[in-house]
Amino acid sequence: MATDQAITIEGVSKRFRLYHERPSSLKERILRFRRPRAEEFWALRDVGLEVPHGKTWGLVGPNGSGKTTLLKLIGGILRPTEGRLTTQGRIAALLELGAGFHPELTGRENVYLNASILGLSKKETDRYFDDIVGFAEIEDFIDNQVKYYSSGMFVRLGFAVAVHVDPEILLIDEVLAVGDEGFQKKCLDRVGEMQKDGRTIVFVTHAMAFVQQICDSATLLDSGRMRASGDTEQVIREFRAVMARRRTGLTDEAATREVEIAHVDLLDGKGRPNSMVAPGQSLSVQIELHANRPVEDPVVVVGIHNARDEWVFTSDTERLEVKLGRLEGKLRVTFDLKAIPLLEGQYFLTIGVRDRANEVVYDWHNRQYPFDVIRNVKGGLVIPVDVRTERL
Amino acid sequence: MSASETVVRTNEPPKLRMIKRFRELWRDREILANLARKELRVKYKSTALGVAWSMLNPLLYLVVFYVVFTLFLPNAIPDFPIYLLSGLLPWTLFSTGLSGSTTSILSGGNLVTKISFPRELLPLATIRAQLVNFGFQFLVLIGFLLVFGHPLIHRGVILLPLALGVLLLFIIALGFATATWNVRYRDTGHIVELVLLMWFWSTPIVYPAKTVLERLGSLGETLYLLNPLTNIVLAFQRGIYGATSEKGLDLLPAPGLRWYGLRLLAVGAASLVILAMTWRLFYRRSGDFAEEL
Repeated sequence: MATDQAITIEGVSKRFRLYHERPSSLKERILRFRRPRAEEFWALRDVGLEVPHGKTWGLVGPNGSGKTTLLKLIGGILRPTEGRLTTQGRIAALLELGAGFHPELTGRENVYLNASILGLSKKETDRYFDDIVGFAEIEDFIDNQVKYYSSGMFVRLGFAVAVHVDPEILLIDEVLAVGDEGFQKKCLDRVGEMQKDGRTIVFVTHAMAFVQQICDSATLLDSGRMRASGDTEQVIREFRAVMARRRTGLTDEAATREVEIAHVDLLDGKGRPNSMVAPGQSLSVQIELHANRPVEDPVVVVGIHNARDEWVFTSDTERLEVKLGRLEGKLRVTFDLKAIPLLEGQYFLTIGVRDRANEVVYDWHNRQYPFDVIRNVKGGLVIPVDVRTERL
Repeated sequence: MSASETVVRTNEPPKLRMIKRFRELWRDREILANLARKELRVKYKSTALGVAWSMLNPLLYLVVFYVVFTLFLPNAIPDFPIYLLSGLLPWTLFSTGLSGSTTSILSGGNLVTKISFPRELLPLATIRAQLVNFGFQFLVLIGFLLVFGHPLIHRGVILLPLALGVLLLFIIALGFATATWNVRYRDTGHIVELVLLMWFWSTPIVYPAKTVLERLGSLGETLYLLNPLTNIVLAFQRGIYGATSEKGLDLLPAPGLRWYGLRLLAVGAASLVILAMTWRLFYRRSGDFAEEL
């Protein structure tokens, strides 16, 4: 049964049960009789994906979005609650480097044990042994117990074993985030070699640079659902949008338009419309709100992204302890950003209006207002700092 | 290993096909050996005596029971050390193998949640490690046989491989079930320990079966002999101790080998039936072990 897909995922969902007080003894089970109160939690919802042979696929998403769960499902460690997964070829899952290393055993003993569990025969391990030790750069310590290893050595040995297993499908869970830069490069080189050899790689990462560099395609997961899939550039863009929304707690999708952001002006320190400001100078954001329906006590949110789409600043009237009261008709809200602590570059303003309970979004303008921070004539960045002196 | 095997996973737990699964496990026998070796290495690492500890254990038992049963409660068992060891060693294999299997999934937790491999290998590896210990302890027994000047090779010895095989089958059959239950209900381990304690005294290890059988009615006798461990231990005793002397042979329920062989076959068949059920249970649940740990 040959298909051209290394991994086929069809309508896969995964539900976990979270027991508040898990009765894991018979006595409790008998005394309570009924099943314990369990909260259901869908870690993955209706995920569909096809990874062709020889491709490198990135899995991105915020923490808790289900990336590792998906990897464990592909690796056969967990069972799907719904749907179907088909994999073709020997799989090695790198969920944690050195998983299964026993601290009391020596490096050598652990290499043989780990390699065999990952699928290498003793003969093959004999053949690769020197390579593995060389790759991990721990020649002098290979006969020491692993409990005496530094975390770096531990991780290097774990990675060295896993890549020498040479699986047809390699699952990597954020493991490249560890280790020093030199070793990271070595790992990436090795991943590159495996790509050339036509291995299929599924790669969980937070580092968009890795996605750009080494992935052919990618999938964005958010709260267990697929938000974007395919082209890496598009996935990266969506990822950043999701991260930005997470940080404000706002989403534009759900905007009710009960209050609309009618107009936004950027003013410099002298009150003139200006979208260029020097570091340390002030910037005013003037927002005109139109209420289509009276609402109680809305909250206005201001956020700033830099050109790399990183969220650098956010504030809102709730945090600033400003009550807008009942809003009818029009209202102007002005945020004075005194002494902007930003380096030169392009930035984007996000403006949003929500209710106080943070349940309803009235309106949301995502990164619609660009402005530039330009080089100060005097140079340097002045951050307002209070200085106190005490005589001792 | 085939170049590209297709694996399909759904919510439906896979059906166990024992022959096919056995082949898969056989293919992974190197993992089994490595896991068993790990268990032994870890156990004896940084100990001065190393594997000698596994031999000291039955010797200590021997001293205790010797003092109790020849000084405090004198009995008429000739060559008591040989009698005791020929029953104690299979018992020790049984009890350590079963309690080891019970906790094997939990103690292998960091493997189970991170790596996909046949979960059966964990209880099997523990049992295999205990089998190695059994081998070392058997050397102690051989030492005693030599000291007492008894023959090592005689007709009764043919019972031993069969008895050992049936014993292993029985341990695996029970171990798959207790290992599975212990993942969900952690007190399975404690229950197993208690049951083992009662089981030890219901098996003729420190006392001869014949004295018990003489005091029980025919119903009691039947019940007593229903204990699979009794039949296995008796076969070991017949195979080792039975050749020491006429008086020794007299302490066993029957002189002929046939009596023991047939009982072993019956226990073996029963173990296979139990294994078919418990393996199915284990296999169905093993897909969720990683989640439940």
